[in-house]
Amino acid sequence: MANTDKNGYTVIFAVVMVLVVGSLLAFTASSLKPAITENERFEKQQNILYAMGINENVEGSVNFVPTNKVEAEFGKYIKEQLVIQNGKIEKDSSAYLINLKQELAKDMSERKLPLFVGEKEGKDYYIIPMYGKGLWDAIWGFIALDENYVVQGVYFDHKGETPGLGANIKERYFMDDFTGEEIMSGTEYEGITVAKGNNDPLNERKDDGKVDALAGATITGNGVTAMINSTVKLYIPYLKDLKI
Amino acid sequence: MALLSKKDRGLILDPLADNNPITIQVLGICSALAITAQLKASIVMGISVMFVLGVGNVVISLMRNIIPSKIRIIVQLVVVAALVIIVDQVLKAFAYELSKTLSVFVGLIITNCIIMGRFEAFALGNGPWRSFLDGIGNAAGYALILVIVGFFRELLGSGTLLGFKVLGDPIAKTGLYGIGYENNGFMLLSPMALIVVGIIIWVQRSRNKALIEEN
Repeated sequence: MANTDKNGYTVIFAVVMVLVVGSLLAFTASSLKPAITENERFEKQQNILYAMGINENVEGSVNFVPTNKVEAEFGKYIKEQLVIQNGKIEKDSSAYLINLKQELAKDMSERKLPLFVGEKEGKDYYIIPMYGKGLWDAIWGFIALDENYVVQGVYFDHKGETPGLGANIKERYFMDDFTGEEIMSGTEYEGITVAKGNNDPLNERKDDGKVDALAGATITGNGVTAMINSTVKLYIPYLKDLKI
Repeated sequence: MALLSKKDRGLILDPLADNNPITIQVLGICSALAITAQLKASIVMGISVMFVLGVGNVVISLMRNIIPSKIRIIVQLVVVAALVIIVDQVLKAFAYELSKTLSVFVGLIITNCIIMGRFEAFALGNGPWRSFLDGIGNAAGYALILVIVGFFRELLGSGTLLGFKVLGDPIAKTGLYGIGYENNGFMLLSPMALIVVGIIIWVQRSRNKALIEEN
């Protein structure tokens, strides 16, 4: 075709291409939206359950409750979903859908903080969602505490940390280290520090509020520390009320 | 092999060795450095690029006679970006777990110079079937180098392969670690990927003198 060099043809081609590709993408996005939202909902439930120890882990790998069972399991183990706003605690059965990132950006008075109370084998778990930043992008997760502020389990995830380095925060050997650590030092809030060189690679000391850092992932590790310290701290006054 | 003519077979096999996109054409180095710290990531990236390059080459090849030459690079970019976004959305809807593993690579696929390079150099001048073979071949050559680099980086850097502790447990000091072996943390950093690629290029050129350029 000889006329493909003409300006008019080029402009028309560009316009048609943008229309075709644009509507194709819009169509794909809107037709897949319900399925994607559903997946994200299941994932949140899976993550919350994971933090309180409801999972199908085998041999060092992370395995969630399967998606076809997660809704039932979530209803079974999470006995209360609470929303903390303006000093008041209210029940809200869709609290797990709250987007923590948006809430943390809001003013204190408008901020809704979700909190989940789970029960497993007669024991209560208080599950707190967390959100923070790693090296490249967002990191988030859930931390489950018992009534003595001892960590019962955590789940971390990230958007784009380096594979093999920072991305390892969602590996068992890192997350499992948090179990048993205390976030309080006496009556003071202490948080948990991801520490380098605390000479405790097997994490045998549980009372020091420190877990062993990942090699080559200093900034992601510091991000995890900051995330736990800043978000969990917001809940401490209310946990005392709930009494916990 | 009656399935492919000798020439077509060349399209698939040449990029695996003597015309490898990474080691000979030195394309796609950026993603080869970024994601090869683990073998699994290398494999996933290789497969993703194979899909995008195979399909993209066919699309560009079908459109090759109507694309205005002045904006052909933009058209190529739009095709890659659209394909990648569609794949990403479909995975999110039907294979959520996989899409989470892939998330970081999506952007990297779009910027991969092998894709634009093959569109420009091959698909614009050849028919769909041959373009498809060329795409698969080049992506396979790319994937091969990625897997080799990923293998050595994960093995020497973390002491694991696909997450399995093949050299023993570094914390409990079993296996090789029991006799004083240490992981080389440097292998996990991007510069080491460049050095490993350099070693592959060196080995390849010393075995085949025809690849050495004359000054």
